[in-house]
Amino acid sequence: MSGPVLLRLHGVTRVHGSGEAAVHALQGVDLEVRLGELVAVMGPSGSGKSTLLTLAGGLDTPSSGTVEVAGEQIEGLDQNRRARLRRRGVGYVFQDFNLVPALTAAENVALPRELDGVRARKARREALRALEEVGLREVADRFPEEMSGGQRQRVAIARALVGPRRLLLADEPTGALDSLTGEDVMRLLRARVDAGAAGLLVTHEPRFAAWADRTVFLRDGVVVDSTGERPAPESLLAPAVAGPFGPGTGPSGPLT
Amino acid sequence: MTVRQGMLALLAEEPMHCYHLRQRFEERTGGTWPLNIGQAYTTVQRLVRDGLVELAPDDGAATGAAATPRGALATRSRSPQTAERYRLTTAGRDEVDAWWTTPVERGTPTRDELAIKVALAVTAPGVDVRAVVQAQRTESMRALRDYTRLAAEQGSDLTWALVLDALVFTTEAEVRWLDHVEARIARTGGTDGGTR
Repeated sequence: MSGPVLLRLHGVTRVHGSGEAAVHALQGVDLEVRLGELVAVMGPSGSGKSTLLTLAGGLDTPSSGTVEVAGEQIEGLDQNRRARLRRRGVGYVFQDFNLVPALTAAENVALPRELDGVRARKARREALRALEEVGLREVADRFPEEMSGGQRQRVAIARALVGPRRLLLADEPTGALDSLTGEDVMRLLRARVDAGAAGLLVTHEPRFAAWADRTVFLRDGVVVDSTGERPAPESLLAPAVAGPFGPGTGPSGPLT
Repeated sequence: MTVRQGMLALLAEEPMHCYHLRQRFEERTGGTWPLNIGQAYTTVQRLVRDGLVELAPDDGAATGAAATPRGALATRSRSPQTAERYRLTTAGRDEVDAWWTTPVERGTPTRDELAIKVALAVTAPGVDVRAVVQAQRTESMRALRDYTRLAAEQGSDLTWALVLDALVFTTEAEVRWLDHVEARIARTGGTDGGTR
């Protein structure tokens, strides 16, 4: 991956509670995500996945260690500046979508921009553009309850993408979606990251984590392993030309 | 599936030369099952022996040889294009129909190398099962990522998409199983080695 580092976690530890009841959610985690890179975090429940994501988004601060977004150290910012960084630089996609039921799709997507102080008309224009990007221009004036689960999730993604957001955080974004709709969501995240964002994805679904450039495995708050970066396009292309799964030519050795 | 059944299924679509049959077989299985011409030829001979396949008659007329100038015909007679074409017999057609309607037989499940390795690791003294599981999971995720990438790039080719999807889902099942193994071991506290 060639882009500059957008998110950097260095020696991040997060302890909930204190004394004997202290829970070490994360212990000395180092992680970098570059522009154009999508990183998946996998691990059993209680391994610290969601803590990692909330720290990366500035919704929480580490007990020790540092979190940097676009070169700015989150712990050093006052409340206002941190809130502004969260709103402007970071997009969130959650499992439960979090759409406001009383607002239409377009209004939901425009909301964070209006909070940014963008004028309503401009915010709506940006929202429509974001909806178009996720293929949902036609549901712009529908309310969440009038949409399918897959559409609601795509609206949530449009909302996370609207405006100049460069860090995309997703917590189980394929939640209860069927396999093809989940794939659509992943294709969308992937495309957005490829177009110039950094993505951090928490999921327990291997098939969706597989859309990431690399997967980091978390256990008991510690990074225990990583797949490493994906091979360069040429090394995938070469076997594809020769017959991708000929003996010994496949990306991961011969198939049986 | 055997090569034999795949070839019968392809010959059910149209009569073909052995050379062409081999090529078609590889194309239609998305390149996952490379076949050399010797294998293809042997398989066809056995199908003929078993009465499932026969030479197609009037091969020359069917390829329009009558209208071809002599010189060209002489050249073509040695090329694969004018080699003998094969077609299904009635028995062969029945066999193909039966194949489509019969579920695929399962392989011998107990011979899964990974399952055996993990089962042995659980009881072997001094082996960190969680490390064994993690090493495999990382490798499986790499494979899954690469298949997913190829599938995403494949786009519209349905044959390819289906073959890659099968690889993706099989590999996913492996990762899920490894997660399950880890959880089960954690619950029973049954690791002999260190935890990290």
